[in-house]
Amino acid sequence: MSLTTTVPPRPVHAPDSPLDWSGPLVPGRVVLDERVAPRAAWSGVVATGDVLTIVDVGGNQSADCLLYAADDTAERYSAADTIAWQGNVYVRTGTVLRSNLGRPLMTVAGNEVDRQDTIGGACGKESNTLRYGHHTAYQHACRENFLAEAARHGLGVRDLVSNLNWFMNVPVEADGSLGIVDGMSAPGKRVALRAERDVLVVVSNCPQMNNPCNDFSCTPLRMIVTSP
Amino acid sequence: MTTGGREGALADVGRARADARGRAAVSAWMPYLPPADTPYPPEGIDPATLTWAETVAPGGYTHLRVARGTRLRLEDADGEACASVLVHNAVEPGERLNVADTQKIPWQAYLGAGHPLLSGDGRVLATIVADTSGRHDAFCGASSDAWNEAKYGDAAAEGPSPSGHALLRLAGAKHGLETRDLPPAVSFFKGVRVAADGTLEWTGSAGPGRRVDLLAELPLIVLIANAPHPRDPRPDYVAGPLRVHAWRSRPTALDDAVAVASPERERAYRNTIAYAGLAGL
Ligand SMILES: [Zn+2]
Repeated sequence: MSLTTTVPPRPVHAPDSPLDWSGPLVPGRVVLDERVAPRAAWSGVVATGDVLTIVDVGGNQSADCLLYAADDTAERYSAADTIAWQGNVYVRTGTVLRSNLGRPLMTVAGNEVDRQDTIGGACGKESNTLRYGHHTAYQHACRENFLAEAARHGLGVRDLVSNLNWFMNVPVEADGSLGIVDGMSAPGKRVALRAERDVLVVVSNCPQMNNPCNDFSCTPLRMIVTSP
Repeated sequence: MTTGGREGALADVGRARADARGRAAVSAWMPYLPPADTPYPPEGIDPATLTWAETVAPGGYTHLRVARGTRLRLEDADGEACASVLVHNAVEPGERLNVADTQKIPWQAYLGAGHPLLSGDGRVLATIVADTSGRHDAFCGASSDAWNEAKYGDAAAEGPSPSGHALLRLAGAKHGLETRDLPPAVSFFKGVRVAADGTLEWTGSAGPGRRVDLLAELPLIVLIANAPHPRDPRPDYVAGPLRVHAWRSRPTALDDAVAVASPERERAYRNTIAYAGLAGL
């Protein structure tokens, strides 16, 4: 039965979009395996030593991601510390994802995309009005997902910071020009994150419908946690 | 109990009071009150109109509650300051600097004159209205505790090599802000550039006497740590005095050059001005 609704259309992929659900990027016993619907949020705690594989099921679908130390969420992912420590703005295999105290939260243990982004930030209802115009004010956005999912863990607006964007491509050009350009991912591409301590991972499956980077097609994500 | 080498200076309250009062002195780093008394009045500004004047010590911090329309001048006196800055909406501190939007919305990673410091709420907290340095960084944030412990052996605020983050935590605490209220900061007077492969290239200081002027577009809490940049290649902890002066100006209007510079910026100032008007700010 199909619902009649007056809510403006929400973005979703075409029924015939190619999807590749892939599998864990590293060997191990699967302790969690969940699907994240288009436009939706997800969160989970990855125990020390376990590995979270994120699958870009439909290709070039941004998985906006924040990390928190599970035992003290005031210590959380810091894009700035991650960049400062490695002396490079791009996230690649081996990148240590550091906290606001400079300490390791997770390490990129595997990565099937040349470089991953941590400078582009999340889309938001508010920032969308700057980027695309005030007609976008009622569209769903990653910041909405972050706020809703964070609230399930007692977190709020004070806990949102510059995030990771798995499968998004944000180069910095020689003159400082910076922007989201064509992605380098594809259906089934993966990134794997090893937890260096117990880490709360919060993900927004980006519902952005104004950027050609995902062909205006919002696709699912697959989250797999393996224990070595 | 011992009086040690104090020769009875604190033997009673009267002598303790005299001892304390005898210690007032002029320092190379101190606030100047009233601000008109500053030894370093900004050129072209009537000192009587100053609303703040201060020299922040190397490894020190300051925290300012600033009215909308305030112009805040930061000056790198000897070329060795590094001002790691956070700005919060003083009325709703959950709204604060968002470096990702600050770089993404203007399509420009490098800070300079005309660049807005954006919050995550689609508004401009402050505008960089003048810049004689050009050596800034919005990627690395203030130095962390772990970084300074690894590099200098200590990060404590009371130690010889305070981390920028330790200083910002204390600065924020003066306004009831906690660690979770501190996002990545922007740093002025120490620059980095990004190579094609993403590597950060150190451009360092532009030299002594360089200035950055920030215009407060909303009532702000401004937190400033004056600590070495985390990518400073020198092994020693080198920081210099940071001068801070403020005076009343006016917030950006929709027909000002910084607002009409691009459609994204224009919409950001539209949002900001509407918010301030509705809230009676
Ligand atoms: Zn998004």
